[in-house]
Amino acid sequence: MNAGFWQKLAALDRRWIYLVIGIVTFVPILAYIRVPVNITYEVEAVYRKIDSLPAGTVVMVPMEFGPSTMAEMQPMATAVLRHCFSRDLKVISTAMQIEGVILNEQVLRETAAEYGRNYGTDYVFLGYKPYPDLVILNMGENFRKPFPRDYYGNELDSLPMMAGVNHYSNVACIINLNATSGVDYWINYANGRYGAELALGVTAVIATDYYAFLQSKQIFGLIGGLKGAAEYERLIGRPKDIANRSMTSVSVAHVFIILFIVIGNMAVFAGRRGGRG
Amino acid sequence: MAIQYFVPHHVSATIYQYALNWTIIIGIFTLAVGIGSLINLHYDRIAKRKQTWRYSAVTLAALAFMTVVGLFSPNAMADPRGLFMRTYFYVLSPVQATMFALLAFFIASAAYRAFRAKTVLATLLLLSAVIVMLGRVWVGDTLTGWLPSGLQLSDIAKYILDFPNTAAKRAIYIGVGLGIAGTSLKIILGIERTWLGGGK
Repeated sequence: MNAGFWQKLAALDRRWIYLVIGIVTFVPILAYIRVPVNITYEVEAVYRKIDSLPAGTVVMVPMEFGPSTMAEMQPMATAVLRHCFSRDLKVISTAMQIEGVILNEQVLRETAAEYGRNYGTDYVFLGYKPYPDLVILNMGENFRKPFPRDYYGNELDSLPMMAGVNHYSNVACIINLNATSGVDYWINYANGRYGAELALGVTAVIATDYYAFLQSKQIFGLIGGLKGAAEYERLIGRPKDIANRSMTSVSVAHVFIILFIVIGNMAVFAGRRGGRG
Repeated sequence: MAIQYFVPHHVSATIYQYALNWTIIIGIFTLAVGIGSLINLHYDRIAKRKQTWRYSAVTLAALAFMTVVGLFSPNAMADPRGLFMRTYFYVLSPVQATMFALLAFFIASAAYRAFRAKTVLATLLLLSAVIVMLGRVWVGDTLTGWLPSGLQLSDIAKYILDFPNTAAKRAIYIGVGLGIAGTSLKIILGIERTWLGGGK
């Protein structure tokens, strides 16, 4: 192929790239093809921890994600909550990203309803307070300090589930589902300052930041992005849920982005070589 | 606050509790300062008819609208058919989701135009990215499933995440931590004063 072809390819109109990505992400969603999903140790660690807890144990599932990251985070939240409620665990949740409060409450309420769980006895939603670092620190002293009342305005002491549940020492573990940089506060304060057992569920784009904490055992598990959510769905025996259905799109999009990188490099280098010749 | 980490005495615990209460109070005031600053900034842009003043007008209008709706709707957060919740689900939610969804298109375009193997380091970065991207999804295992365990793409991706990635991240975190401690000390001791708005 001559240099002109490669130079044209290097200057390809970006709208063609947008069109290709649009097709390769949209078509696999319509034509669902089941693809294999390998289970990673960091996701399995979260599953095993929750699975090992006796019924009635209190766990904390704080959610910090909004509509911008709901495509990745909502399937993850639903899978983790389904696991908790199916094991008859009691769940305390917070939402410390302002755009996500309504969304997080909806996920919690709807998943609890699926398993017939009741508010106040099986789960509690504390809601939102600004400054997550301060809220996390204060919850280490007493949940009632930053949240004297829950999201719905009930006093925490009036909720049967909260009797004797004062701080992180009274919850078996925290599974923080977080799409913000506020993850660091949970590691530094909930785990570092108060010794809470912590696992993370984060977006794929920030997941690599937290492998260091996994290795140092500051977190006991890590669910990364939609792939992590798909793994969790498999582990709880729901391989046809949304994250798994989306894995075909994710996989094909990955392949095409790699193809774009290869073609882009070939075009530039072949174009230059041809230009010199 | 730092000392109480290492001295679990009731005196340090009391001081810690006291300081935590103060942080809540200060936090509330900074929120008010933040909202005031936001209004000031955008009002100034509108008043001076700066290039992006129309966006500022939309920002202030949205701020005022949501505040009024939130304050004057009884059970704003509990009523899914109320104006507050409808604005959230039918305006904010689709806008944010759409903005983030566009990222896939921009990443693909940027990958095509900018991700070049020009140097050895850039080539290493590119190879790592390709291995991790393929190794995280089934394509990687399908392509290299015939290789012995440890040499398959998912194994190499795991190795990259667990070791080179972790080592680099840890170094960055330690550097950032030392930087924060150093800057904090400079501020506490009055060596660094630029945050007060005074030139040098």
